Amino acid sequence: MSLHIHDLRATLEDGTEILKGVTLDIPKGEVHAIMGPNGSGKSTLSKVIAGHEGYLVTGGSVTLDGQDIFSMSIDERSRAGIFLAFQYPSEVPGVSNANFIRAALQARLPQGEELDAVAYYHRLYAKMDLLEIDRKFTARSVNEGFSGGEKKRNEVLQLMMLEPLYGILDETDSGLDIDALKIVAKGVNAMRAPHRGFLLITHYQRLLDYIKPDYVHVMAEGRIVRSGGPELAHELEKDGYEFLKDLAPA
Amino acid sequence: MSYQPSATLDAETHDAISVDRSKGDFTFPERNKLDAGRGLTDKTVDYICNVKNDPPWLREFRHKALKVFLEKPMPTHWASKDLENINFDEIRYYLSDGEKPKRSWDDVPDDIKRTFDRLGIPQQERAFLAGVEAQYDSEAAYSNVKDELTKQGVIFVNSTEGLHQHEEVFRPWFGKVIPTSDNKFSALNSAVFSGGSFIYIPKGVKLKQPLQAYFRINSENFGQFERTLIIADEGAELMYMEGCTAPKFETATLHSAVVELVALKGAKIQYVTVQNWSSNVFNLVTKRGLAMEDAEVRWIDCNIGSRLTIKYPGVIMKGRRARGEVISIALANTGQHQDTGAKMIHAADETTSNIVSKSISVGKGRATYRGQVHIPKHLKGCKNNTECDALLINTNSRTDTYPAITVKGNRHSTQHEASVSQVSEDMLFYLMQRGLNQGQAMSLAVNGFINDLVREFPMEYSVELKRLIDLEMEGSVG
Repeated sequence: MSLHIHDLRATLEDGTEILKGVTLDIPKGEVHAIMGPNGSGKSTLSKVIAGHEGYLVTGGSVTLDGQDIFSMSIDERSRAGIFLAFQYPSEVPGVSNANFIRAALQARLPQGEELDAVAYYHRLYAKMDLLEIDRKFTARSVNEGFSGGEKKRNEVLQLMMLEPLYGILDETDSGLDIDALKIVAKGVNAMRAPHRGFLLITHYQRLLDYIKPDYVHVMAEGRIVRSGGPELAHELEKDGYEFLKDLAPA
Repeated sequence: MSYQPSATLDAETHDAISVDRSKGDFTFPERNKLDAGRGLTDKTVDYICNVKNDPPWLREFRHKALKVFLEKPMPTHWASKDLENINFDEIRYYLSDGEKPKRSWDDVPDDIKRTFDRLGIPQQERAFLAGVEAQYDSEAAYSNVKDELTKQGVIFVNSTEGLHQHEEVFRPWFGKVIPTSDNKFSALNSAVFSGGSFIYIPKGVKLKQPLQAYFRINSENFGQFERTLIIADEGAELMYMEGCTAPKFETATLHSAVVELVALKGAKIQYVTVQNWSSNVFNLVTKRGLAMEDAEVRWIDCNIGSRLTIKYPGVIMKGRRARGEVISIALANTGQHQDTGAKMIHAADETTSNIVSKSISVGKGRATYRGQVHIPKHLKGCKNNTECDALLINTNSRTDTYPAITVKGNRHSTQHEASVSQVSEDMLFYLMQRGLNQGQAMSLAVNGFINDLVREFPMEYSVELKRLIDLEMEGSVG
C-alpha cells in the first residue's frame, strides 16, 4: 500500500508542460525527499497531487492505496488522507484557528456525528505544547498577521491534528530560522509511523539534518533525474546542482 | 470561480437545502374571517378603520396618508425598476382571523400554535425572553408580557391596543419620527397599517432581557404593514429583537413596515432584525430613531431573504452627545437585491454616528449600500465613521456603493472606508485541502468576513445567522 505516482504529466492552463513524466513510489512508513533547483516542478508535483485547478493533468496516474486520486475532488483527497503543508498558506480573516481545525476534523466525521469539544481542545493543546505554540493562538484568525515561522508551525499543527496517511511538505523549511526549523522537525518526526508516509519538498539539505529521509530524489525540468539514499542530499549540498547540466536530455 | 462540485456534493447540498428550507416553507389553510378584498381605495381604508374601531383622528390620518401614497411617484428614478413589478391592485391590504390577541398560550388556536411551534417560540420564551409579541397575518395571535415587566410599568402590546389603551403616550410620538410623507411606502403603511408593536419603557427602567417579536406572512398576495413604535423614557434601556421567516408563495408579496424609535434623555435602544423573507417578497421598510440628549439608538440589521429589500435604518441625533449606530449585514443571492444602508442626521453638537456595513453577493445577487450622513454647518464636535465592505462570491455577482456624506463646517471629524473583495481561489484551495467541501469552505470564508459584526447580535441570533449563511453558501455552489 502506497502513494504511487506513475509517469505523471501536467501542464499549466496555457499549455506549458511542467511535469514531464514523474514516477515515484512512496510506501507507508517511509520518508522521501525531493530536492532540486527552482523551477524544476517540485512544488507543482505537490499541488497536482492535492488537486490544484491551475494545472491540467495530461498523462499518467497517481493512486493512493490503489485508488485513482484524479477521480476525487480536492476535499475528497484530503479526507482520503492526503495532506499538503503549504509553502504560502492562505489567510482566512475572521475564522479562528481553533474553529478552522475543528471544521476540518468535523468534515471527517459521519453525518450527524458531532466532534467532542472537550477531547478536541485537550488534543489541540497537547500538540500546540509540543510545537511551542502560545494558547492565544487558538483565537487568532487563520494565518492572519502570522510570521513566516508561525505559519509553518500552524501547518505542522494541522498535520498533527488531521493525522493523514501521507504528509506532503512543500518547502516547509523556507524562511525558517534554525530554532523554528527544529520545532517543525520535532512535529513531523513525532508523526512518523509505519502507517504514514511523507514527501518532503525542499531546496536545501538543511531540513534533512532534522528530518532524516529514507530516500532522496533529485528533480530537474519536470523529471526525477536521480534517486538515492540520504547521502545524496549531502552530495548535493557539497557539489550543488551542477551535475544536472550533464544529465539534461537534449 | 472554476470549482465544480462533484456529484456527491450536489446530492448533499440538495439534502441540506430541502431539509432546512422546510422550516420557513409551511402553511396552514387560511382561516381569515375578515378580508378587505384586493386593491386599495378609500373604501379599503374605511373598511380597516371600521374593523379596527379606529378613533376619528386615526381615520383622518389614514385617509390623508392614502392621498399622499397615491400622489407620490415610485422612487424608480434612483431605486430599482423592479418596484414597477408590484401590482398594488392585486394586493389584499387587510385580513385578520378576527380574534383578539391571546394572553395565554393555551388559548391560541391549534393551527397557529403549530406554526409557532415550528418556529420554536414557546421554547425560546422559556429560555430567555421577557415577553413575546408574535404576529400572525395582521393581528398578534399571541401576546404576553411577563408579570415582572408589567409591575415595572412596561407596556408591550400590539399597535392597535397601544393607540386605544395608551393614547396619551402613543399619540404624541406616533408618526413624528417618520412622517407620513417621508416616502411612498411610509405613506402606504400609514394608510393601511395593522399589527406591529407598541412599547413604552418608563424612566430609568433597564430591561435585562430582550423583547422579541416574530412576524410571518401566511396569505397569498397579502401585504403586511406592521407599525411599531418604541419609546424609551429618560434613562431607560431595552433591546428589541425581530426575526422574519415567511412561507413561500408564487406571486409577489409586499411587506412594508414603519418602525419609529424614541430614545429620550440618556435612554438606550437597540433594535435587532434578522430578515429572512422568502425570495418573492418585496420588503420596503422605513426605520428611524430619534435620540435626545445623551441617548443612544443602535440598529443591528441583517438581511438575508426577500426579492428586493429597500431599507436604510436611520438615527436623528437631536440632543447633545446623542449617539447613533447602524450595524448592517446583507446577503444577496441570485434573484435578490439587497438595497440597504443607513441615514445619520446630526442635529446637535457633539453627536456621534457609526455605520458598519458588510454585504455578500452570491451568484447573480446584487447588494447596494446607500448611506447618508448629514452634519450641518452650525454644529460643532460631530463625528461620523462609515465602513462598508463588500464580498463577491461569483464573478457575476454585483455590488454598488453610494455613500453621501454631507459635512458642512470644519469643526467635525468624519472617516470613510470602503472595500470590495472576493473569496480567492487560493483560499478555497487551502480550505478544501483541509477536507472542507466547496460549500463548507465558502461558508467558513463568508462567516469569517462578517464575524466581527455577527458578534454584535445576541447569541441566539448569531447561531441562527451562521446556519442561514451555511445554507446559502451550500446552495450557491450547487
